[in-house]
Parts: sequence; C-alpha cells; structure tokens
Amino acid sequence: MTDRKILAEFSYDLKPLEKGYNRRTLYVNVGSKEIKSKPVSDMMIDKFVGGKGFDLYLMWHGVKDDTKWNDPENEICIGFGPLCGNTNYPGSGKSIVTTISPLTGIPVDCNVGGHFGPYAKFSGWDAIEIQGKAEEELIVFIDGDKGSVRILTAPDEEINSHILAEELIKEFADSPDKHQFVSVVSSGKGAEHVPISCLNFSFWDKRRKVARLKQAGRGGTGMVFRDKRIKALVVKFSGLKGDTNHPEDLETLQKTGLKLHREIEEGDSSQCHMREVGTAHLVEIMNDYDLLPIKNFKYGQMDEAKGLASWEFKKLFTQGMPDGCWYGCSLACCKAVDGFIPRSGPYKGKSVLVDGPEYETVGGCGSNLCIWDAKDVVELNFYCDTYGIDTISFGTSCAFAMECYEYGILNKERTGGIDLTWGNADAVFELIHQMARGEGFGVIVGQGVRKMKETFAREYGADPKLLQDMGMEAKGLEYSQYMSKESLAQQGGYTLALKGPQHDEAWLIFMDMVNNHIPTFEDKAEALHYFPMFRTWFGLQGLCKLPWNDIEPANNAETDEPAKVPEHVQNYVDIYTAITGKPLDKHELIRQSERVYNFQKAFCLRMGRGRRIDDVPPYRAVGPVTEEEYLSRAERYDKLLQEKQGIDPAGKSTAEKMALLRAFREDQYQQLIDAVYKRKGWTPEGVPTLEHLKNIGMDLPEVLEVVKRFL
Amino acid sequence: MKKVLMTYPQNCIACHACESVCSNLYFKVDDPAFSRIRITEAEPEPHMNACNQCGICVQTCPTLALTINSQGVVMLNKNLCISCYMCVASCPTGSMFRHLGGLAPFKCIACGSCTEACPADAISIAETKEI
Ligand code: SF4
Ligand code: SF4
Ligand code: SF4
Repeated sequence: MTDRKILAEFSYDLKPLEKGYNRRTLYVNVGSKEIKSKPVSDMMIDKFVGGKGFDLYLMWHGVKDDTKWNDPENEICIGFGPLCGNTNYPGSGKSIVTTISPLTGIPVDCNVGGHFGPYAKFSGWDAIEIQGKAEEELIVFIDGDKGSVRILTAPDEEINSHILAEELIKEFADSPDKHQFVSVVSSGKGAEHVPISCLNFSFWDKRRKVARLKQAGRGGTGMVFRDKRIKALVVKFSGLKGDTNHPEDLETLQKTGLKLHREIEEGDSSQCHMREVGTAHLVEIMNDYDLLPIKNFKYGQMDEAKGLASWEFKKLFTQGMPDGCWYGCSLACCKAVDGFIPRSGPYKGKSVLVDGPEYETVGGCGSNLCIWDAKDVVELNFYCDTYGIDTISFGTSCAFAMECYEYGILNKERTGGIDLTWGNADAVFELIHQMARGEGFGVIVGQGVRKMKETFAREYGADPKLLQDMGMEAKGLEYSQYMSKESLAQQGGYTLALKGPQHDEAWLIFMDMVNNHIPTFEDKAEALHYFPMFRTWFGLQGLCKLPWNDIEPANNAETDEPAKVPEHVQNYVDIYTAITGKPLDKHELIRQSERVYNFQKAFCLRMGRGRRIDDVPPYRAVGPVTEEEYLSRAERYDKLLQEKQGIDPAGKSTAEKMALLRAFREDQYQQLIDAVYKRKGWTPEGVPTLEHLKNIGMDLPEVLEVVKRFL
Repeated sequence: MKKVLMTYPQNCIACHACESVCSNLYFKVDDPAFSRIRITEAEPEPHMNACNQCGICVQTCPTLALTINSQGVVMLNKNLCISCYMCVASCPTGSMFRHLGGLAPFKCIACGSCTEACPADAISIAETKEI
C-alpha cells in the first residue's frame, strides 16, 4: 500500500437522503486545501434541478468571465441529480462532469456511467465542486461510510487508468469482497500532454473481478484534472440498498422499472442487440444508410466496413454478462473484451481488459481512418481509455491529419517519419503512444483539429480555407461520428450544440433524412428545440439516454409522436414524481431543461462564445468539399440541383456544380439557424431574449446582466 | 443433481393449501400474493408455478446476490440484493416475485413445506438431472 500523508480532513454528518436530495454540495480546493459543505437552496432545486444544473450553477459562481481552462479557479464539477443511483429504473447511474474546456474555452458537459456518482451521492453530496491547483500530486478520498473527506498525498507511480483505478480500489476497499463499494475517477498519461482528453469513472465488475472504466469523454476534462495535479478521486460507500434514494413512492418506482426491464427482456434481441454488442450494432446500420464516417467524413459507406460490423466485435466481446454501468441497467450496453493482448506500446504482450468499443469509437478509430480490423480498433480503444484520451476527438483529429497527409500538407518529414496513409494502424498506434509520452507529432495531433488548422496554415503554408472546410470541428470541439452532410437537421443538431458538436443534443438523421418526418424549416426547428431540451433532462436527473429510445414499446409506431417514445416519456415523468414527490408533466419536463439550457447559453456568452458566428459548421459537415466527394454521390447531387434549385446540371463542370450546391446548402443552413433561434426564444444573433428568460423563469439578475451585454 | 419442487397439475385440485403454507411460513400472512408457489385455476387443469431452479436469474443478477447452492437450489442473499428486479424480468417461468412494500424479490427454494399440506399429491420434492 502506498504511504500517504493526510493534507486536509473534513468530517460531516451522515444522514439519509430525502426524496433524491442531500441538500448540500461538497467543495474541495486542492490548492488551498479548503474543504467545506455548501447548502442547496430551494431556488437551486426549483431552477437548476440537479446534475448538470447544479454543476453549472456552482461553476458560474466559481469562475470569472476571463477564466481559462488552466486557471486555478477553473472548476471540475460532478453532479448527480435526484434520480441518480436508484437501482430500480434502467440507466440511473450517471454523473455529469462540467469544466471550462481546454478545447473550447466554454463549459463542456459530459454524461458518464460508473459507480462514482451514485456512491458520492449516497455519501451525502448532491454535487462535488473542485477548484484550485495543487503543488503536489494528490487524491481526494470521500469516505461515505464514516462521513469524512480527505486530501491525501499521491506518490503513486502509476497514472494510467486501467492500473491506477484497480490499485486504488484494492487499497481503499475494506476487504477483497468489498471492492464493489469503491469507485475511482482518474485520467492517464495522455491527459498530461494533450487536451483531447477524458476522465475515467470506474466500476468494479464482480464477475470478471476487475475494475472497468466509463468515460467523461468530451472537451478535455482529463487535462483539467491532471493540470490540477489530481491523481484520483476515490469514493467508498457500502450501504447501497434498493431504496437508498429514499423515494416518495417506492412502489411506482419499482413497477415502472420492472415494466421497462420486461420490455428490454422481450425487445432487445429483435430491436437492437445492446446486450450482445452494445452500441456497436450501429456500425452496419450507419454503413447501410451511407452515414458511417469514412476518410475524415468524406464518405458514408464502404464495403470494407463489414470488417467493423457488430458481429466482428461480438466474437471478441465476452457474452452473457450483466454489463450495466450501474446496477439495474438491463440494457447493459457496456461490453468488454477480456484477455486482450495489445501488439504495441507499453502493455504490448500483456493481457488486459478493454471496455467497449462503442459505436463512436469504432467510427472514430476505425472507419474514419480506414482501419478495418476490429482488433486494431480494440487496441486503440484500450490505449485511449488508459491514457485518458477521448476516442472521438482522437479519431476525428487523426482523420484530419491523415487527410492533410493525403493532400501533401503533411509529409514524413513533418510527421517525424510517421506514414499517415489511410488505414495505417501502426502509424495511429505511434501517434497515441507519442501523446502519452508527450513527444513527437502525436502531441500536435492531440491539440485537436482547431489548433492543427492554425499550425498547418502557419507552419506549412496550407490553404486555411481548405483546412477550415475539411477540419471537423466547431467551437474547437471535434465532431462525433455521424455523417451529417445529407441531413440539414443533423447539421443543426451538431453545430448548434452548446458545448460543441456532439450528437447528444439532437440526433435527427433518421427522422430527417431517412424518414422525411420533419420536412419544413419549422418542423426541423421544432425538433431542434424539443430533442436538445429532452436530452438535457437526462443530465439534470442523472440518467442515461439509451433506455429512452434504444428499445421501444411494441406499439410505439402507432402513437402520435413515435420519435419521442411517449410511453417512455411518461415513465420518466412517473419515476421523477415517485422519487422527488414533486408533480411533473411532459411540458414541465421540457421547461426544467429549458431553464438550465438557457443558463448554459448565457454562460457560454459570458465566456466569449455562443453567438451565431460560433454556430458555423465546417463545410465537410454540410456538403462535399472535394471533387471526388461530389463525384462519389454525383447522381444524388445532380438530382438535387435539378429538383431543389431548378438548375440543369447538364454541361456544367463538377467545380461549377459544387459551387452552386454549396451556395444553396450554406443558405439552407443559415435559414435553419434563423428558424431554430426563433423557436428557442433567441435573437437572430443567438442571444436569449429578456422576455424569453422571464417566461421560463431564468431571469436571475446575474443571467440578465450577462445577456444584456449581447443584446 | 439438483433439488427441485416437482408439480403434477393433473392431480392439483386448486385448494390453494400450498400457497397458504408458503406465505405463512415466509411472510406470516395467509395471502397467495406472498407465496412462492402459485396456483392459477384453469381448464382442463390448474396452472402450477414454482421455480425450476434453471439459474437464468443467477446469470442476470449484477451483484451476485443470487447463487446456486450445493443442492442445486437458487438462493438469494438479501444483503447483496439492491432490488433492481432484473431477475424478476428475466425469469422465463415468472417464478421470481416482487412484493408490495418489500425490497428483495423472493422465489421458491424447494424447501418442501408445501408438499406436506397438499392433499392431492400434486407436489413433491425431487432430485433431478440438470436441465
Ligand atoms: S444503457 Fe448502457 S450506458 Fe446506459 S446505463 Fe445502461 S449500461 Fe450504462
Ligand atoms: S427464479 Fe426463474 S430464473 Fe431463477 S432459477 Fe427459478 S425459474 Fe429460473
Ligand atoms: S433484485 Fe436482487 S437478486 Fe434480483 S437481480 Fe437485482 S440484485 Fe439480484
């Protein structure tokens, strides 16, 4: 066991939660070593609900207008939400992490599984707020059995998560049969050097007898964590029961949860196979619909993609395990490859467990790089996780570098000898190991796409316009792994997302492009209002979104609004009321989110982003950038020119047709923004109106003061 | 080999004596909703439901609260149970139950108390080969 010194200690009363709330948050300053409890007011509960709402509220009051990601006052907040940790309803164990992102400079929020959130909550806290910058490596240990918080020295050599998490679980658990009562948040070597980093939240897998990891992936949370010199957050809580959330109405909660378990039991094997392959089942579907990102989002379909189809991963995944990231999730999407032997890097030849890969990782580290061997994707997944690197930003950044290599913007001299031709898995392995070592071209790729654009234009004289067109980032964050070119609504879903392009706000490809259910600008605007608000709600409560629509009730197609899955929306209304005792309906559910969403918008404005100018996608997200790209879908684009623009393509050169298509698509996108801003209650510049803020009850003085600056 | 409660519906006269014994023994109430064996009256013969110890729930349980003992009987450790009811949903015969107001689910553990109360030889305890 490591010899640790106690640098600070804080004791608190253990008391049961009441209807999902502790009514206090934990503040830890790793610089000054101050630890304290802050009360949660009725106003916080009414307006901010919990989870991401509490995170943003705490962070707003902790940072200044000009706080940078590496300033001591930047915070890492982890909120849990009133529904978090109940074991009765599938998908109830999520924490939400927020921080000022090193990639975007504005708040980023990540929804993450693992046992840390529920245990920290049951230890007595509705959210944790970490501020300051330590002089030496340390661990923050919350002992929810004893009621104490300690800051401990951390002279541990290990940093990489798959080892550190396991070591700390073993150290802090009372005995080997109690490993499941400890959870660890950590990052890895990579997060010390590159901003495309993440945090790992552990959960002890009793069957496999190993620590597993879920990621707060987007926006560089890991780099902020390591910059504060935090090696780990550790929580211990041993008293978990089926009613630790102390719900108002346990019976309804149990009944509603059991109803969904049964639906999943009956529907999973025919609807989505989550229990066999997790989200990887999407790979073949996306490829079939021409939506799988290939070669840096140039193409959406390729025969070779069958090498990454879910059945290839099924051969590697250990089957028949209850693979939920929190107890009681019968959707159980967290697949794992047991006994994997990496062929590169420091763990070459050693047997390791790999969590996933999930769809996004397969898209980012596989198809988008033309790496078609499932095992190579598993290896990249393993190293990303253990080094604390975000698989999505990693994939998109590598894809951008590879395209630059294809165009001669990069060459072996500039990459330090790395041959970045499409599909060269060894080269990509080298990049990731360089990120972990903090050396070589890997560190440049690890700065993310926006920084690479600047660097390549400045250093190598590359055409900034081409770089902007093909570099898949907006606001500084890399796109996640869906092709949005042919779906206007999806372009909006991505680029209008507050934290930067991530499909967790709105995923509308099928509704828009495949099923044509939202044909007009108004329809799209309505969808781009509803879905971001609906999905924000999961982050307020501590819920996973997958059990919402990955399995649908048998009669869902016959309902009025099948895309919303009305029966499941009602389930959420019911379990919210069952736990908190507060009345709710599907309209107030959206209103709860709207308050926090607009608060986050005001927060972005305050930090210098969040106006219309920041909601601009790279053209690759909207249409074909290169001639080969146009030609790959020439028939479709020619037809569109004819039908939508009334232009006869005959006799026109590809360049002419591309220019016409581009003018049209960019104009459509701007019209979409107009419609969406209007529906959201914002000005054409993307600023919430005072009237709207008043209507939704978010007219707090500090919010109005900021918003007025931009009106 | 495993110990299991065998049912013979052709002999069952639906007197519900087994349910009464079971619910009294484990919950101190005389209520079929708390019995681990369930009799549903039907034609041509009643439907008798008791756990066949198949072990599917054991695979489902995320906390290892369910295990198979040396006699092949599926047993629940209430201290480990977190009341997720994934076992209830996964049971193919509907023999794992949730009860009103309670936390841990319950199931037949082939204790055989009901067999003594049965006037019609419709249940017995047997050692069977694994299914
Ligand atoms: S669906 Fe997957 S990610 Fe969501 S809670 Fe269940 S196991 Fe976790
Ligand atoms: S309770 Fe159901 S699943 Fe479990 S052993 Fe009995 S019959 Fe099988
Ligand atoms: S209810 Fe208890 S016994 Fe059943 S699966 Fe959940 S934890 Fe296991």
